[in-house]
Amino acid sequence: MTDVLEVTLRSVSVLAAFLVLPLLVGQAEHKVMAHMQGRLGPMYAGGFHGWAQLVADGVKFVQKEDITPAAADRRVFRFAPAVALVPYLVAMAVIPLSPDLVAADAPASALFVLATTAVGILGTLMAGWASANKYSLLGAMRSAAQLLSYELPLVLAVASVCLAAGSLSLGGIAQAWSPWWLIWQLPGALVFLVAAVAELQRPPFDMPVADAEIVFGAYTEYTGLRFAFFLLAEYAGIVVMSLLFAVLYLGGWQGPFSDQLGWLWTLLKGLVIAVVIIWLRVAWPRLREDQLQHLAWIVLVPLALAQLALTGVWVVVSA
Amino acid sequence: MTSSAGQRELTVGMGAGGLATADMVLNIGPQHPATHGVLRLRIVVDGERIVSAEPIVGYMHRGAEKLFEVRDYRQIVVLANRHDWLSAFSNELGVVLGVERMLGMEVPERAVWARTLLAELNRVLNHLMFLGSYPLELGAITPVFYAFREREELQAVMEEASGGRMHYMFNRVGGLKEDLPAGWLERVRYAVRAVRGRLPELESLIVGNEILEARTRGVGVLTAELIGAYGVSGPIARASGVDLDLRRDEPYLAYGELFGPSGPGRVVTRTAGDCLSRLEVLLEQVHVSLDLADACLERLHSLPQGPVNVRLPKVLKVPEGDLYTATENPLGLNGYYLVSRGEKTPWRLKLRSASFNNVAVLAEVLPGNLIADMVAILGSMFFVVGDIDK
Repeated sequence: MTDVLEVTLRSVSVLAAFLVLPLLVGQAEHKVMAHMQGRLGPMYAGGFHGWAQLVADGVKFVQKEDITPAAADRRVFRFAPAVALVPYLVAMAVIPLSPDLVAADAPASALFVLATTAVGILGTLMAGWASANKYSLLGAMRSAAQLLSYELPLVLAVASVCLAAGSLSLGGIAQAWSPWWLIWQLPGALVFLVAAVAELQRPPFDMPVADAEIVFGAYTEYTGLRFAFFLLAEYAGIVVMSLLFAVLYLGGWQGPFSDQLGWLWTLLKGLVIAVVIIWLRVAWPRLREDQLQHLAWIVLVPLALAQLALTGVWVVVSA
Repeated sequence: MTSSAGQRELTVGMGAGGLATADMVLNIGPQHPATHGVLRLRIVVDGERIVSAEPIVGYMHRGAEKLFEVRDYRQIVVLANRHDWLSAFSNELGVVLGVERMLGMEVPERAVWARTLLAELNRVLNHLMFLGSYPLELGAITPVFYAFREREELQAVMEEASGGRMHYMFNRVGGLKEDLPAGWLERVRYAVRAVRGRLPELESLIVGNEILEARTRGVGVLTAELIGAYGVSGPIARASGVDLDLRRDEPYLAYGELFGPSGPGRVVTRTAGDCLSRLEVLLEQVHVSLDLADACLERLHSLPQGPVNVRLPKVLKVPEGDLYTATENPLGLNGYYLVSRGEKTPWRLKLRSASFNNVAVLAEVLPGNLIADMVAILGSMFFVVGDIDK
């Protein structure tokens, strides 16, 4: 009986985090971006500095008509947002905030997270294909090409950290972390960050949804709640990737008073990374898809491989 | 990211390379985020590579030329400032200059310098708009806010003088509607100084950016021959090394002096002819225009108070004859061919607008490029749809 209760409690708390954290990042994006651009951003919803803007947006999305284009592949079209969203929910379950604050302590959680986040891409592909819209199709093709090429540097960069820690579990990696990693794993960290931004299709790697070119890529035909799910998936993706970065490269909960405040440190570090990801959007235009492929294969993959070799050599030498 | 000039090769690693592909017809517009307005491009793409492109214009045709024929010369100014809504003041100028020339009317010096000042401020406003919107099309969302902050500064003084923020309607045959407000020159000086001071912030977001450079350098190269063949003009032509600027070559208003040996005016040119150089020309022209505005301000300060317009007869009739008046509008050559039969309305007033010719060349430059480049090239043509469709 207690097991059932515990599982329920853990699931509910993950769901709560999954619903709250992306909104937090979304609101941060609204406000940070606005102030970087000399604007105020949302100021009215909820009273204090528009804190409830995203809640209001959510309410609006719920009220919108749910349209499925006549020519669309109905079932695939309607199912796609769920495919995009759920993997991040699953991924969030295994990311530890502190040694004992983790919903599901999987033994090979690093591998698990990479595997699940890669599934989310299917949602975009399904959406693009099923929409029966040329822009959607182009967007989906761009997504597919982009995500295929950025999966590799991402995996290689994580492999390097796993090698350094001697563990495939995120908890184990964060436990083994020491400040010296900041330099040792720096190239890998940069590769991970760039690849993560590309994986999330965030600027400057947002050509799958480039509004000036292909309207909104795979999401062009979506309305209402289904569209909101795609947006939520994007922000959930930012949360997952930022927390992952914090755990892998910034030592997660390590910091002063980590016994009591470990979870806070993980969240704060993740938030900093999220703000960096937002900052990129404010500062840069988007790359063209061939330039993006160029970057992945000519720069990131060799860099990640070099990092892997460096880590391997150091681990062997220092062992 | 290196991209050399000319044809760039895109290799997409799918299949064995021998995959059969089918061309797809894609309609960009008339409702599409990149066409800011209702321009339609019918492009045939093979994957993302453009095989052929055809601009389809006319969705916003308002029959301005026909309407000119049933309006008197005062009313025409209202109508004529509308086709290119970002350069309203310059549009008005062409009409009134033409009518004044045909009437042989002498415009007071004060009005000449005030018109020059306002025309240059209008040019800055226009260019700032594109300096904001072009990066936006390339995915940079911030420059537009910076550009609009500067626009607001200048628009405030334009509004104070003319009462309008877009369609100023400040020109009259024979001068300006009314004299400049008291103390206005000081406020313009302040606004110009503020804009010039903050311009580096905008510039550093645009020209120094590696990604923007990678997206625009060597993309959409226009040769001087193409420019000549299609009658492309303005900053786009000058970016390809076509050294033509009516302000210097056929001076009107006070440009003869400003572009003279000791004046601050200079014609900005580039030679590469790609999207980046078009953007650079625009950016540098803003600086030149601000300098010109300063020179105008100085002159207006030293001019004695006096009339800014000429008293017109109740019924203004232009003597029989015809005249082509061209001005260097922010986007290129803007011309009015006025044919009068001595009545109070023109018999024919043909409008030559810059964007029409500038966009026509798209059919030549787009094929061979990617869809992403299409946006880069389209945006760098700096067009206003109203100016295309008239």
